[in-house]
Amino acid sequence: MRSEFRLRAERSLASQRARGNIRRAMDGLILKRRAAFPDLDELERLRDQGQAIRDQALANLPELLERLERRCATNGMHVHWAEDAAEANRLILDIIRRHGGHAVLKGKSMVSEEIGLNAFLAGHDIEPIETDLGELIIQLAREHPSHIVAPAVHKDRREVAELFARHFPEEPYGEDIEHLTALARRMMRERFRATRIGLSGVNFAVAETGTLCLVENEGNGRLSTTAPDVHIAITGIEKVIARLEDLAPLLTLLTRSATGQPITTYVNLISGPRKPNELDGPHEVHLILLDNGRSRIHADPELRATLRCIRCGACMNHCPVYHRIGGHGYGTVYPGPIGAILEPQLQGLERQGELAQASTLCGACGEVCPVRIPIPDLLNRLRFEQAQGRALRHGRRSGRERFLWRLWSLIHASPASYRRISGFVTRLRILARIRLGPWTRTRAAPRIAARSLHVLAQREGFRDD
Amino acid sequence: MTKPESILFFGTCLIDMANPEAGLAGMRLIERAGIRVRFPQGQTCCGQPAYNAGYREEARRVARLQLDVLAGDEPILVPSASCAGMMRTHYPRLFEGTPDAARAGQVAGRVVEFCDFLHRVLRIELNDLGPPIRVAVHHSCSARRQLLVADAATALLRRLANVSLVEPDHAHECCGFGGTFAIKEPEISSAMAGDKAAAVAATEVPLLVSQDWGCLLNIGGTAKQAGYAYRVKHIAEFLWERTEVAHEK
Ligand code: SF4
Repeated sequence: MRSEFRLRAERSLASQRARGNIRRAMDGLILKRRAAFPDLDELERLRDQGQAIRDQALANLPELLERLERRCATNGMHVHWAEDAAEANRLILDIIRRHGGHAVLKGKSMVSEEIGLNAFLAGHDIEPIETDLGELIIQLAREHPSHIVAPAVHKDRREVAELFARHFPEEPYGEDIEHLTALARRMMRERFRATRIGLSGVNFAVAETGTLCLVENEGNGRLSTTAPDVHIAITGIEKVIARLEDLAPLLTLLTRSATGQPITTYVNLISGPRKPNELDGPHEVHLILLDNGRSRIHADPELRATLRCIRCGACMNHCPVYHRIGGHGYGTVYPGPIGAILEPQLQGLERQGELAQASTLCGACGEVCPVRIPIPDLLNRLRFEQAQGRALRHGRRSGRERFLWRLWSLIHASPASYRRISGFVTRLRILARIRLGPWTRTRAAPRIAARSLHVLAQREGFRDD
Repeated sequence: MTKPESILFFGTCLIDMANPEAGLAGMRLIERAGIRVRFPQGQTCCGQPAYNAGYREEARRVARLQLDVLAGDEPILVPSASCAGMMRTHYPRLFEGTPDAARAGQVAGRVVEFCDFLHRVLRIELNDLGPPIRVAVHHSCSARRQLLVADAATALLRRLANVSLVEPDHAHECCGFGGTFAIKEPEISSAMAGDKAAAVAATEVPLLVSQDWGCLLNIGGTAKQAGYAYRVKHIAEFLWERTEVAHEK
């Protein structure tokens, strides 16, 4: 029987239009990233630096988080801790209710996707208003982001134009980017004026100064965090870094790896609410620090590398599996290679273990990751955990898998039994023409030699000793 | 590394049963360069299939046999970047903390991928005796990203005077084999293999060569099913045929 993942992947594979859109976009992003790092030695030095900064932060995580909390509080922010998604949602709802809000302006935030915030708020009669163009498109289309940086990357301009025409029938129709952006901006402006609560993610939280750093290209993020009276920032606990000076290298790595930009159009540094003598900015700033399984990941010295991630998306931009099935094929909030290592850890191998199998281990992700997360090695580790789990659980199917590997290993661990099997296979090779399950569905059956290399080598006089 | 007097040849299980001609050609090429080639008859498989599937105990059981069989000081020649990569980079991790750790490290350090050896160690001269031909080359991900020996294959092919190399579209991309991936996620694997096979077909070459038979099994099988005309050949066999009068076809 096909797994849920396989069925979903099949649907994504069948969607030629989305596949073409994703491929085109990814090809473009690959070129842009490459152009942004013309000096390869420099790139490697930067990656070393990025890894070191993130490793150090993770090594001192509890301490840094405490410092961050203290500094943010000194700066006048309210800091909240959320153990899981439910607690984070509840905290956000409470803040909104306290201010009598009925809507929230949202800057782009993957953590808000992780906790299912939009659905939760809608269920409590609070309207989440996505202000990032990509997120807005996704919201109007009632979909989920298919990419962590470019949420609507699977859609082409015409699809977006048609979507807008359906939702804003009074507006003129147009397919070019300027027109669509301008239209979205007009629609947005109204909402910015009227909404008093804004919510955003965080790219980096600086412990030393209690500063929240947020990058974006549209300015809507800045509006969502400064125009409303209340700003709620939500982030995973791993996003903390020690010093302000750590920001520069990380930002360089982030924006160049993500979109090939030397810097984003907007870099927002938020260090508290409006001060008495200031004319703008929110009156209240809340920071919600979400665990949701991260401290469990942090406890494992090898898997901890997962938390180095700065969410640039380069791994998916370069992933051949992602190119084929897109973010929706994964069926998780975080898709692509980072999703394939993160989601099984966040949600458990029982639920998302198959993601760790959905990779050829080609290494393209690890090669581009700006903080050198060894994604293929971590996939291998998760597969190992999965196989271990199978040994313990004795599931029927998994029991069979384990049995087959054991059999395989016994054959290949003994020269005599290997010789018997290979002799058998090469002599009866006509039998190998029978269909080899999934392999031969799209491939001609492999040729089996009449004589193995073992036999040929001996005949040709290549000595054993 | 300087030119050794003798080497051990590790043929890999795939070549052993699916393409022994390539293994033989590889051994002959090395022998022709004046090096004694030994083929340990006890060898089976590097253990990578089980290792990549997460079955480390099973992988160790198989890999341990190779440690026995490949004991010694000579370089271990492997006509596959994928298997060579397993032995070079993963054996030390696989045996970490076990009594075999030291010899696993010793074996790993002696493993050399076939093209890398011909190109970098032997600096082999190749006298091309074949007719002019356009050829596409496919680099495995292990060659490209793990062992960094893709350039060695290209360099060898460039030494053949009558061969002109063609790079297919999206050449950097994986062919979609990935061991058990092809069985566990056949739909995605087929989509990747299909794109790869089509990209090669678009170059209109008669032949695709690679230093990894696994990729060629995947791409070639897909191409054949799709009705593309080009054939696939392991680089060892191709080099041997082009440079040996008796075997010229
Ligand atoms: S895993 Fe690395 S490449 Fe992927 S999103 Fe995170 S930082 Fe970027």
